[in-house]
Amino acid sequence: MQDPELTVATAPQPDPNESAVAAAAAPLASLQRPTLSLFAYPITGPLFALIVIFVVFSLTTSTFMNAGNMSLIARQSVVIGTLALGQTLIILVSGIDLASGAIMVLGTVVAGSIASHGDAVLAMALGFVVCVVAASINGLVIARFRLPPFIATLGMFTIIAAAARLYSQSRSFPVTSDLLAVLGSGPEFGTVAVTYGTMLWVALTLALGYALNETPWGVRVYAIGNSPIAARLNGVNVTRVVFSAYALAGVFYAFAAWQALGRTPIADPSGYQIANLDSITAVVIGGTSLFGGRGGVAGTFIGTLIVVALKNGLTQGGIDSLYQQIATGALVMLAVGADQYLGRGHRA
Amino acid sequence: MPKSENTKSRRTAVRAGCAIAVMGVGAGLAPGAVQAEEKKLLIGIVELQLANPFFGRLKKSAVDTAKKNGLDVMTAEANTAGDSATQITAIENMINRGVKGITLDPANATALVPIVKKARDAGIVVVTTNTSLAPMTAADAAYETDNLQAGVLIGQWAKATMGSKPAHIAMLDYDLSDKTSKARHDGFLKGFGVAEGDPQIAGSALNMGNAETGQTAMENLLSAHPDINVIYTINEPAAQGAFFAIRKAQRDILVTSIDGSCSGVRSVADGTIGATVMQFPTRMGEMAVEAVIKAVRDGVKPSGFHNTGTVLITDHPVAGVDSKDSKWGLENCWGE
Repeated sequence: MQDPELTVATAPQPDPNESAVAAAAAPLASLQRPTLSLFAYPITGPLFALIVIFVVFSLTTSTFMNAGNMSLIARQSVVIGTLALGQTLIILVSGIDLASGAIMVLGTVVAGSIASHGDAVLAMALGFVVCVVAASINGLVIARFRLPPFIATLGMFTIIAAAARLYSQSRSFPVTSDLLAVLGSGPEFGTVAVTYGTMLWVALTLALGYALNETPWGVRVYAIGNSPIAARLNGVNVTRVVFSAYALAGVFYAFAAWQALGRTPIADPSGYQIANLDSITAVVIGGTSLFGGRGGVAGTFIGTLIVVALKNGLTQGGIDSLYQQIATGALVMLAVGADQYLGRGHRA
Repeated sequence: MPKSENTKSRRTAVRAGCAIAVMGVGAGLAPGAVQAEEKKLLIGIVELQLANPFFGRLKKSAVDTAKKNGLDVMTAEANTAGDSATQITAIENMINRGVKGITLDPANATALVPIVKKARDAGIVVVTTNTSLAPMTAADAAYETDNLQAGVLIGQWAKATMGSKPAHIAMLDYDLSDKTSKARHDGFLKGFGVAEGDPQIAGSALNMGNAETGQTAMENLLSAHPDINVIYTINEPAAQGAFFAIRKAQRDILVTSIDGSCSGVRSVADGTIGATVMQFPTRMGEMAVEAVIKAVRDGVKPSGFHNTGTVLITDHPVAGVDSKDSKWGLENCWGE
């Protein structure tokens, strides 16, 4: 297959009425506008916000800035962080996945229940299969049958959440298997505990970052997010790439399920009730555009740390948890507002 | 939406038959005609979200008691915590179906008051289970755990166990606008003998009553206050989550909780939880339905608050606070 980036750049404009094609064909021109210099490095904003949060908490809470608490923030980030990697991929193709958390929870109860009276390897394999299949169904109905992602995944969310309860009969399963809980362990240096889960989160972020930035597939993902019509006209199989984004997200949800069992060794169908929204929050605060085509996993990594560090610091400061939710909500609106402003400038 | 058990199609047929009869005889006779065809009394059971096994057990107990007494039941439950809209719709449907009594586990203390008034005005006996309305007299009677008393029991136990050691308390609350959560919280402090805002309370954090959020809350509190040595938790899953944080930090902390689920009692037996207070959902459902039956059959209306029982479960009893051990607990617990 040809390099699609090259195709996009050199494609003749087949339809003068199709302004999206023009926009996608000349993205670099708009970058030269001085107001958009920040946009050239989309993680600048989130990184700045993260630094501000760390500085403020360090000055106001004596127990915040130390290696032990930093490693705790990393441990608290792994589940939502891993889940948000899948969510990033979907948002990059202008989608959204409200079922992400429910799919992960179904994965944990399937793996946890089977491991409670059976083989841990089999349990983990089936947990993975369940996550990938559920996410692929999303991909199928959205990419092939063109259902709006918001509605399709909302439906999937309620179906999967109920399925997890029916399957588990609302019971929770303590995890005793070393394999399932391994991500919660790792080298410890005094109060600093770097779990294998933390390492896996970093590794998965790097792997997805490579796939998105260095492979033809990644270029197609961004092209579809910018303009599916332009991408299709330039020979990208939009249906197939969108489906692949949802299916691959399922792999990340499966890893998130493994992370969840490592972190809290109980497979609980009532856990992670708002993980779907938390994952979207992390992606959006990380600067990935809800319109698709802009942003990436580095931002999501930072966005996750912002959400978790806020909760960690405010709890330690003795501030009511409800204020943490207000702070997170305000950051989401700020991030989306910035995206709207920059996005309009970019596409105009 | 309300679900009917066994009776839906039969009743639909009865309704249809009545409708045809009414067309011939005249509208005024319709209610009488329906009642004449009723062989069994119908009562409504409205529960909270069944995702929580406590509510599942409560509902099962109520349905079983009703069936044992030869009643037909219509059931409905909220979809999520605080989902009063679904409960209101369910009660409207139950009034239309002509139930004689309703047991209601209200999703919200005030939102359900108008519809309960409407039901009672229609001559239906309404009793609440698990948690009551505001004011409590909005329903005929209330059958629930005295959650303040439950909190007092673990507070007293924790205080007696700590003895003269200086206490650094952490409170792992559920949303305190929830009546049950507030009563347990207040009860613990009362039993321990500290006022709200006392410096012995090192910190508090909200969780969602499950292990995952209990763990995160405890981690954050321990990071800020490494000297915490006694914790109150809203329920046993939160306590189990908090224990993961305590174990990781290698601390020796007194953990107290409330609920009496079998999983919670097992945690008492293995030392994860120091003491918990058991609730009795089966007894709650029985008492409530029996009161409704008595009101409908004998005309004796129930009234007032009925505590369905609180028992402290611990393997480390202290003088002055009655308790049962985890062995007794495992024989009397609910859920898995």
